[in-house]
Amino acid sequence: MKHGNRRYLRVLSATSLAGASLVTMVGASGASARSHASSPVKIGISLSLSGDFSADGQAFQQGYKLWAADINRAGGLLGHKVVLDIKSDASSPTQVVTNYQALISNDHVALTFGPFSSLLSLPAAKAVSRYGYALVEGAGGAPSVFQAGLHNVFDVSLPVADDLMPFAKWVTSLPAAKRPKTVAFVTSNDPFTEPQVTTIEPLLRKAHIKTVYNHVFPAEVTDYTSIADAVAASKPQAVVLGSVDVPTVSAFMQAFEQSGFSPKVFIATGGPDQGSTFIKSVGLKNANGMMVPNAWYGGSANPLSRVMVAQYVKKYGGTASQVSSDVAEAYSVGEVVAQAVKATGGFNNQKIIKYLHSGVTLQSVQGPVRFNGLGENTVPTAFTFQWQGAKFVQVNPVNDRNSVRVLYPKPAWGK
Amino acid sequence: MNSVALLSAAKDGILTGSVYALMATGLTLVFGVMDIINIAQGILVILGAYLSYALQLHWHIDLFVGLLITTPTMFIVGVVIERAFIGRLKGPEKTAMSILVTYAVSLLIEGGLNMIFSVNDVQLQASYVSKSFAIGQVHFGFIYVAGFILAAVLLGALYVMLYRTRFGMSVRASLADQASAALVGIDVRRVSTITFGIGVAVTAAGGMIYGATNSFNASSSYDLISRLLTIIVLGGMGSLGGAMVAGIAMVFIGDVVGVVWSPVWSTMAYFVVLILVLLWRPQGLFGRASARVA
Repeated sequence: MKHGNRRYLRVLSATSLAGASLVTMVGASGASARSHASSPVKIGISLSLSGDFSADGQAFQQGYKLWAADINRAGGLLGHKVVLDIKSDASSPTQVVTNYQALISNDHVALTFGPFSSLLSLPAAKAVSRYGYALVEGAGGAPSVFQAGLHNVFDVSLPVADDLMPFAKWVTSLPAAKRPKTVAFVTSNDPFTEPQVTTIEPLLRKAHIKTVYNHVFPAEVTDYTSIADAVAASKPQAVVLGSVDVPTVSAFMQAFEQSGFSPKVFIATGGPDQGSTFIKSVGLKNANGMMVPNAWYGGSANPLSRVMVAQYVKKYGGTASQVSSDVAEAYSVGEVVAQAVKATGGFNNQKIIKYLHSGVTLQSVQGPVRFNGLGENTVPTAFTFQWQGAKFVQVNPVNDRNSVRVLYPKPAWGK
Repeated sequence: MNSVALLSAAKDGILTGSVYALMATGLTLVFGVMDIINIAQGILVILGAYLSYALQLHWHIDLFVGLLITTPTMFIVGVVIERAFIGRLKGPEKTAMSILVTYAVSLLIEGGLNMIFSVNDVQLQASYVSKSFAIGQVHFGFIYVAGFILAAVLLGALYVMLYRTRFGMSVRASLADQASAALVGIDVRRVSTITFGIGVAVTAAGGMIYGATNSFNASSSYDLISRLLTIIVLGGMGSLGGAMVAGIAMVFIGDVVGVVWSPVWSTMAYFVVLILVLLWRPQGLFGRASARVA
């Protein structure tokens, strides 16, 4: 490279660095400067209100709106009324970046809350980090989100890699005669699902549960019948499905039923936790015995959760079992940010980031929240939930006082 | 390799592929006659599924009986869309503009469906939807077999209409050359309107089968339209036979590769085939090199 070019690059690098720092300072300080007494405080959010994650995006919107209504009823954030500025990203990782840039640059929001899914949280966190903003989110717990080296992202929910651990512990603790002899692992190539499935595979193998099918399928697949038929043909006694939504689980369940195949255990990483949406798709009888990992459910004994569920049912109807876990994840984001704002006495994002990294334990409807240096919540407990009749109940960890007996083996379809 | 899994994959490819072929037929017919690329075909399939859902939910009308209502309804929807939007497109940019216009129509319908039905996924339910019968160790879902038969009957009916009726002759004449067809007295405008209506009407059956075999919401249309477009590109734009072969080929290749190799390669395998075919025949398997020269 020519010397002149090197000098040009050095100048360009220095200018870019200075520019980026300026943007950061303007962004961060701009946010704090905008919080005039009694003026509303605007919070920017990008949500998947259409596209692949639209059902989850809508549930997240309900959670955020419920929190905003509750905080405003209690006097707002430091006396400022909360106004949510929500833009739809159509479940697109590129649109989510555009949305957050517009929210910060054009709409001048003071704070940003996260989108739905790890797939969108990572680009979102990168985008807002350039402005010095914190991104507190409730559905971006994949390892890839935290491994990006960002300092501004905080996930209030359970890190996904550990989601299936209570299930694995329960299965491997069963007496050898009762334990499933074979298992199939089938997962979408999604950052939310793959880490969960790969984590427990060695544990089950160690317990002499033979893997008879282990494949990843592309996230864009829409017709799951042949994959489900291949799983059924391998006749596993347990099925671990890495799914992100209801349609995937529903398609596998229908294909299994048509194949005359009913495993003794069937756990899916996402879908059965979607309350009434799941039941409407698969029917209550077919749901019986279906399991899903998570950190929260509508019947949680957490007093904060009970209040939120009551508010939700009052506003949207239904029962506690029908409240999507997305609602709690979104609501928790609001709670955590509210505590950080109160503790720092303002809306300065740098102070909020520093506070959230301080090791302080905060409270949410999902339980306690404490972040490590990567922004992962280190204190939540993973649970396994199961549909038993019309009820969605906690079944793992087995020794937890709120867990009920696992319905095992899973009843045949429609029973 | 498990032979039962392989046979099941081949069976799934043929049965499911035929339904995609039916949905794609409407798209290719409309392009062949009108030079219109109907991006709204995906959402129209979903609209067809929601119509079946509404009839079942509110009036407990069986899914197949409901087609007697939803098919003419979708035909009327097609005619209205053609008259209101498509028919107004003129000039050399007509095909390119049709992509934008039908995309706008698609967004309008998607928004309407989200408002009426919400974005929560639903699935069409009936006692026979999850039932199956077995031949040897291979299970055949009733709904998939019914979908295959329905697709075969409707595609057969379309064939008869195109090759055994006077209207079909007008359609084929318009498909070959619109200007010449107009010169021999064919009302190309009327033929176009009815063809668009027929192209949309087939989405009623396609949507019903899709909705009975998949959970869906309005956003499911994006996955659908991308698949339908690749089908008509492989089959040859404007070719009915091409849509049928490519529809089955798309699902068959993906399903068999998923079992023989790995599901992770299933989508890519089809696109490899698509690229190879296009390198060999840029007009697709059954398309004509200069089919749509205005």
